[in-house]
Amino acid sequence: MKTKLQRRTVLQAAAATSAMAAAPGGFAQSAFDWKRYSGQSIEVHLVKSPRGDLLQKYQKEFEDMTGIKVGSEQVPEQQSRQKSVIEFNSGKTSFDVIQMSYHVQKRQFAKGKWMEDLRPLFANTPPEFERADFSAGGMFYATQLDGRIDSLPLNLDPWVLYWNKELFAAKGVAYPKSYPEIMEAAKKLHDPANGVVGFVGRGLKNANVPLWTGFFLGYGGNFFDAGGKLATETPEAVASAAMYRDLLKNTGPAGVAGYNWNEAQSLFLQGKAAMWIDGSGFAPPLEDPAKSKIVGKVGYGVMPPGPKLQVSATFGDGIGVSSFSTKKGAAFYYIMWATGKAMQARMLATGSGAPVRLSAYRDKEAITKLTVPVDWLNAVGESMRIARPGLPIIEPVTEFRDVFGIALNNMLNGADVAGELKKATADFAPVLAKAET
Amino acid sequence: MSLRKTSPFLWFILPAVLVITAVIVFPWAFTLWMSLFEWKIGHKAVFAGLGNYTELMGNRRFLESVAHTLIFTALAVAAPLVLGTAAALVFNQKFFMRGFLRGAFVLPMMATPVAIALIWTMMFHPQQGVLNYLLSLLGVGPSEWVYSPRLAIACLVMVDVWQWTPLVMLIVLGGLASLPADPFEAAHMEGASRWQTLRYVTLPLLMPFIMVAAVVRLIDALKTFDTIYVITQGGPGTASETINLYLYLQAFSFYQIGKASAVVVVFFVLVVALSYLLFWLREKSKYYE
Repeated sequence: MKTKLQRRTVLQAAAATSAMAAAPGGFAQSAFDWKRYSGQSIEVHLVKSPRGDLLQKYQKEFEDMTGIKVGSEQVPEQQSRQKSVIEFNSGKTSFDVIQMSYHVQKRQFAKGKWMEDLRPLFANTPPEFERADFSAGGMFYATQLDGRIDSLPLNLDPWVLYWNKELFAAKGVAYPKSYPEIMEAAKKLHDPANGVVGFVGRGLKNANVPLWTGFFLGYGGNFFDAGGKLATETPEAVASAAMYRDLLKNTGPAGVAGYNWNEAQSLFLQGKAAMWIDGSGFAPPLEDPAKSKIVGKVGYGVMPPGPKLQVSATFGDGIGVSSFSTKKGAAFYYIMWATGKAMQARMLATGSGAPVRLSAYRDKEAITKLTVPVDWLNAVGESMRIARPGLPIIEPVTEFRDVFGIALNNMLNGADVAGELKKATADFAPVLAKAET
Repeated sequence: MSLRKTSPFLWFILPAVLVITAVIVFPWAFTLWMSLFEWKIGHKAVFAGLGNYTELMGNRRFLESVAHTLIFTALAVAAPLVLGTAAALVFNQKFFMRGFLRGAFVLPMMATPVAIALIWTMMFHPQQGVLNYLLSLLGVGPSEWVYSPRLAIACLVMVDVWQWTPLVMLIVLGGLASLPADPFEAAHMEGASRWQTLRYVTLPLLMPFIMVAAVVRLIDALKTFDTIYVITQGGPGTASETINLYLYLQAFSFYQIGKASAVVVVFFVLVVALSYLLFWLREKSKYYE
């Protein structure tokens, strides 16, 4: 059963900045000279994802509109990150445009000034490009500490709570309204004798950190204290890590310490897990009858409020122009198109991600074409309203995930929560100090 | 005296010297040089002397990765040697469908390690994997396999043994085919039992071949990266993190090129030391000496 779209919620959600109403439409309608760089060729480096698929699917539209020839590749996330760092560091990139993940690469790219500052280029944009249409959350991610805007946001990925309505109904459990209720519901629904677990989530080191940080933020935690010191062994950190451990260890599957999102997804879509917290991009496989045994039975919920705050740990992707590109004009045209209203509406309609443009959430056609339940859209919209960066915005974020990921992993295997956080904080502090000096 | 008159051979070896310098000596010298710097990609390289090495010697995680490497290697060399030699002795006998079964036995060796690793990952899955299903048929409770820090290395060794025992079998089988008949005839005439023939004739004669297999396996086992990376990524926690995994993390996740270079140098010393040990044992095992 589809729930009615909570239109106001969605609008409020995306509208962290005040929305500027604009009729959605294609770029080609304006008098802007899209053919200015006709005949040029650019190389586009995309990360393997539904967003990458979408951009490649409609690439010809851009080529026809601009006369610019596009060569694009999709590279898996880890390999993409390695390739980009090595190429940027060499001072010559094989790509003119690159898709980046903000939570990992934002500070890294900023330090090297590897991406072109787009602000001067904004002077020459078509009216329908409309920069105010980007949500504040998206532009927050795209803007560096020194004010440079060296990418445009492509999508945001707030974490949501997937729940199996059938399992909840069978045990008469209601959707949780707080962190203790999540724990309570997981306990009631945990039924290992019948192969059902109350909760599933990421236990694998590194991948597991965002699940904990989401709880941590809800407990009122901050990654740094007022003095800029690492605050990852505070009472909030300990309480949230204990919650993480108890949920996964007591009501999760055996061997959860080795679970990444794919194992969690696999268990959930088999109908063997009652709850799963992860990124918002999993609706398409969950609603695909070829992959899922729970089509139509999935609830898409907003993260319940924590003891101090209601938070959805959020991550995001952007797309920008390499500083080493010799075709910056054509490359900028590509990212204008890629982050344009039409592509963002398509992203929404296909559930390929959560658009950063407010107009996408008002696009009736996109909403009508929605291939995933409206519940999903409502959850994403609500989550945007309570979105907070799910990881500290620092250069050594991979090291942060590694060190704290191992600590969380050790907790699942019986180690003391406070002790592990203390050790992880001590291990990571010098890494951070060295990187940020 | 001109060079041409005294050492004409120098001109013949020059191309090889140039190639070896370019592809082996220079990369090595450069790695050694980089290991003396504190250098993270995107940052300035700062000369650190032996700083990376002293840091590694006091780094618990690195030392654990060395221990994991040695444990994994010892098991992944010893088990295939025993099983591969036993398999060779069996396949050296004549029996029905021997050729077909020999072919089937070497199949794992021919498959791509990453593909194998993906299939084993699915088989190890505690809830949906076939291994726990098979255990349940035997009335045994489920195991967490690679998802347990206590079992992770043992499971990875199991995969390695499954894949590389056929290689040992092939080497030893080749050795069996080349053994002289005289010692066996002498043993038979002296009334030696089958066990005595195996223990005092076959195995000593085979020892040089087994040692060759051991050297090949040792180098392979020390280098193992693909299967471990795909199946456990060094986890849970750091329970199965070997030097290779640690090195990969430093170089390609943290971009700490100086530190990673130091790890490479330490690893190289370890590989050379262990290889020399085995070569020495091989020399000792030659039956004609």
